[in-house]
Amino acid sequence: MAGAFRLPAAGRLDAGRTLRFTFDGVSHTGLAGDTLASALLANGVHLVGRSFKYHRPRGILAAGAEEPNALVGIHRDAARRTPNVRATVQELYDGLNAVSQNRWPSLSFDVGALNDLAAPFFSAGFYYKTFMWPRAAWERLYEPVIRRAAGLGVAPDQPDPDNYSNRFAHCDVLVVGAGPAGLAAALAAAEAGARVILADEQPQPGGSLRFESGAVIDGKPGWEWAQETVARLAAKDNVRILTRTTGFGYYAHNMVALAERLTDHLAAPDAQAPRERLWQVRAGRVVLATGAIERHMVFPGNDRPGIMLAAAGRTYLNHYGVAVGRRVAVYTACDSAYAAALDLKKQGIAVPVLVDARQAPQGGLVEQAREAGIEVLAGHAVTGTRGRLRLSAIEVVPVAGGPQRRVEADALLTSAGWTPAVHLFSQSRGKLAYDAGTGRFLPGTHAQNAVCVGACNGTTDLGMVVEEALHAGAEAAGQTGAQARGATARPEARSPEGWSAGIAGPAPGAEAGKGGKAFVDFQNDVTAKDIAQAVREGMRSIEHVKRFTTTGMATDQGKTSNLHALAIAARMLDKPVPEVGLTTFRPPYTPVTFGALVGHGRGALFEPTRRTPIHAWAEAHGAVFEDVGQWKRAWYFPKDGEDMHAAVARECRTVRQAAGIFDASTLGKIEVVGPDAARFMELMYTNPWARLEVGRCRYGIMLREDGFIYDDGVVGRLAEDRFHVTTTTGGAPRVLHHMEDYLQTEFPHLKVWLTSTTEQWAVIAVQGPRARDIVAPLVEGVDLSDAAMPHMSVRTCRVCGVPARLFRISFTGERGFEINVPADHGLAVWEAVWAQGERHGAVAYGTETMHVLRAEKGFIIVGQDTDGTVTPDDAGLAWAIGKKKTDFVGIRGLRRTDLVAPGRRQLIGLKTLDPSIVLEEGAQIVADPNQKVPMKMLGFVTSAYWSENCGHSIALALVEDGRARMGERLYVPMPDGTIEVEVTSTVFFDEKGERVHG
Amino acid sequence: MLLIYCPYCEEERPELEFRHAGEAHIARPENIAGISDEAFERYFFIRSNPKGIAYERWRHIHGCARFFNAARDTVSDRFLATYRTGEPKPRLEGEGQ
Repeated sequence: MAGAFRLPAAGRLDAGRTLRFTFDGVSHTGLAGDTLASALLANGVHLVGRSFKYHRPRGILAAGAEEPNALVGIHRDAARRTPNVRATVQELYDGLNAVSQNRWPSLSFDVGALNDLAAPFFSAGFYYKTFMWPRAAWERLYEPVIRRAAGLGVAPDQPDPDNYSNRFAHCDVLVVGAGPAGLAAALAAAEAGARVILADEQPQPGGSLRFESGAVIDGKPGWEWAQETVARLAAKDNVRILTRTTGFGYYAHNMVALAERLTDHLAAPDAQAPRERLWQVRAGRVVLATGAIERHMVFPGNDRPGIMLAAAGRTYLNHYGVAVGRRVAVYTACDSAYAAALDLKKQGIAVPVLVDARQAPQGGLVEQAREAGIEVLAGHAVTGTRGRLRLSAIEVVPVAGGPQRRVEADALLTSAGWTPAVHLFSQSRGKLAYDAGTGRFLPGTHAQNAVCVGACNGTTDLGMVVEEALHAGAEAAGQTGAQARGATARPEARSPEGWSAGIAGPAPGAEAGKGGKAFVDFQNDVTAKDIAQAVREGMRSIEHVKRFTTTGMATDQGKTSNLHALAIAARMLDKPVPEVGLTTFRPPYTPVTFGALVGHGRGALFEPTRRTPIHAWAEAHGAVFEDVGQWKRAWYFPKDGEDMHAAVARECRTVRQAAGIFDASTLGKIEVVGPDAARFMELMYTNPWARLEVGRCRYGIMLREDGFIYDDGVVGRLAEDRFHVTTTTGGAPRVLHHMEDYLQTEFPHLKVWLTSTTEQWAVIAVQGPRARDIVAPLVEGVDLSDAAMPHMSVRTCRVCGVPARLFRISFTGERGFEINVPADHGLAVWEAVWAQGERHGAVAYGTETMHVLRAEKGFIIVGQDTDGTVTPDDAGLAWAIGKKKTDFVGIRGLRRTDLVAPGRRQLIGLKTLDPSIVLEEGAQIVADPNQKVPMKMLGFVTSAYWSENCGHSIALALVEDGRARMGERLYVPMPDGTIEVEVTSTVFFDEKGERVHG
Repeated sequence: MLLIYCPYCEEERPELEFRHAGEAHIARPENIAGISDEAFERYFFIRSNPKGIAYERWRHIHGCARFFNAARDTVSDRFLATYRTGEPKPRLEGEGQ
């Protein structure tokens, strides 16, 4: 027998299939099909956790996803330690290892329980009021102590080793929930020919039929009908059934997110198999059959282990064959708990008393209970409970007053009624309507193409549920255009139970707090008194009550408690419930792992990595790489134990003394083609293009309409109607977008075609005095002399026999060539260039050297030396604006008052008085370092490097009126001292710019 | 995730394929270099940002790459119409509310 509380004649599990598991190191036996909760209960274990704030002993409240108390850690191995798993949802597997949480040193003896004695100090708002001074103590003292004392499980300290997958799916009808309503709706929709997805969070569909012993559908016991219906659905090729799958989010346009748990129930999951799968389902129509959630009774001492929801006790009995106690009392305010008492009685469990808060309950179930010999105490209240780590007795008094009576019981089932699970409906932006008659929020107006059926729609009679669901399923199928294939037979369904009625808030007669705390929200330890106090302290809206008391803010999101809290606040405020408001339902319905949401998008797959065709060569030659957007770029090439500084200094020196070879393939490239290409370029760039000769290049500046620099790059004219445009490495997509925007929407009359060619071309830059000697042997049919091919020219030719575009351009200030060859030939051409380069003493250089060399020449990098508020004039590039032009993007923006006003920050150079100090990029610049804080900032450093070629540090900076300050002394205050600097020109090397011409 | 009907592809496609591109029906002034500060302000800075029906530009950037216009209700996040660049605003019920 798997557990002393397992009943041989009850339940649906196979007694022969036993599984071993441990809880806090103690070994137990359960059965295949058990949850951890049912297996623990079968072994008489009710105490499973300590509460969040008061460290009170807690047991299992529910049998499903709404469980607030029974949170445990599941430890598979060092990396797989999942905290806060609801024991009621975790399926048992052989070897499962569970541990309790939030207790020290042990679950049964927890030092933190002292908090419970100090509870008068821990009332609602305690933290806000108490830990206010001194401010610094919050971070160092209060928060760490509170976090240690209050809390849930411990997060794993290793990366998640599991795989997660995700899928997009489309269907005509998505049915969420596979209880009687969901199954009937899915059946009707499927038989009408619709493509159906049916999702249910349980391993087996059936929903409430799991415990509703009296249900009969189509002449069969409800559970049997459910399993037969599942088999019928599974046999259809237009139906997909997803079990262990929670619909957790309802988004726009009928997109519903489902989380499917694939391996958490397995003893030895395949390490390669995904642990969970995220489904993003786009449905023609959504049928919500999400059921209802039972509320507990609010009375003093209602959190003792052994006290649980009536339907939960019944589920453990009827499905798992587990008695939750030997003497099980019942406390209720609605009919459905009577069925629980009757089921227990039938299995020979003593039911010493059934306490009903109602004065005169009537109906079939009440009669049956009396006939079965159960003592029904109508108009009574439970005002207290006894037992340290487990319930031992309850105290009962008449609501109207009278003597107290103690009833021995080791378990108590309570039910205050059922709350329709309208979470997904509400997430879909549907409007809820409060039904004052039954005290329930029910689906009102739908905002999307969806329908609610069954208990979540407030329908409580099983016959009506099935009827309603069949109709909804057929209608959904018809609406989405499915071919009708005949109507589904309408099975007759009946159950003696109704789920309406009930109470919210404290039970009558149990309000007085003498017997102890009456919990509303178990997981966040919020009592009825806390809610009342929040109202007394001025909270009027339920949203404020919620935040002040934290009710409903725990991981269970108040599934069992929200309506209670609302009712208490409404009563205190003497307002109707809907006027106090209902807190917003937000996704996810139940906690979803980050793994499921992230899927494959982490680690190496977090984002695409872009590598140039020459990447492998750089890797083989010891390059250190840096990330530039998604690109991996060679940063520098250290030799023989060089550090970065030494390597960059050598590279910088060599480029200017001999030559350097640089992989510039990441440069953005756009081909602008068409009879109106030049006109289009005139509009997109500040420069004049019409008269640029074929074969020549120009440095272009692109503005936004506001007049600020958006991008820059060298543009070569290959033909009258063809431009080879380059952009910054990071800017290519947005520049193309910007061009397309104007071309499609403002200048659609221009005949121009734009093509991204960034990855089409590998670009090999050869820079330095020997650059021409290096490329000359490889270039076919082009006169490379300075006269025939001067600086800023371009030729279409062959290099190494490969079609090429050869640019004579320079980002270093040296004579330079950039060879563009088709990407597939990039590596081969690079190797040929390198072979030539080695003969001339050239180095391969990386992006750091590229940066230093361009800064020595005062060439800006858009995004580094500009920040989106810099005009061409600010950057010293006013010469690049075509003075005679009447239109280009940004022409009007440039004339804005602020942009032409004096006092703008202008790009200048800075030299530190101590030449060895390299400024920090971003450092602020002031005129007087002795002024009071906050100082007046004149500007900031945009680029700063050690310049090996100059023999001193160099920097570029944006400084107020910078160009009028040449030679002026300014200051850069830093945490460890002020650095003196002198304002200079932005050009530090070869000021006359002669070297570029050879 | 929204579904957006591309008037060029003539298909409903998921939002992931699209990129929002600001308010629609704001034409770049003909003689932009000569317009007043006020006119430039109206053209470049002022946007209607309505509660209700917004006319906005979208681009099917991971599809046909075309820019088009859409009328979307900013309260319900529902697309009421999408139409090609250059076409006039469609007449919609409830406009101006």
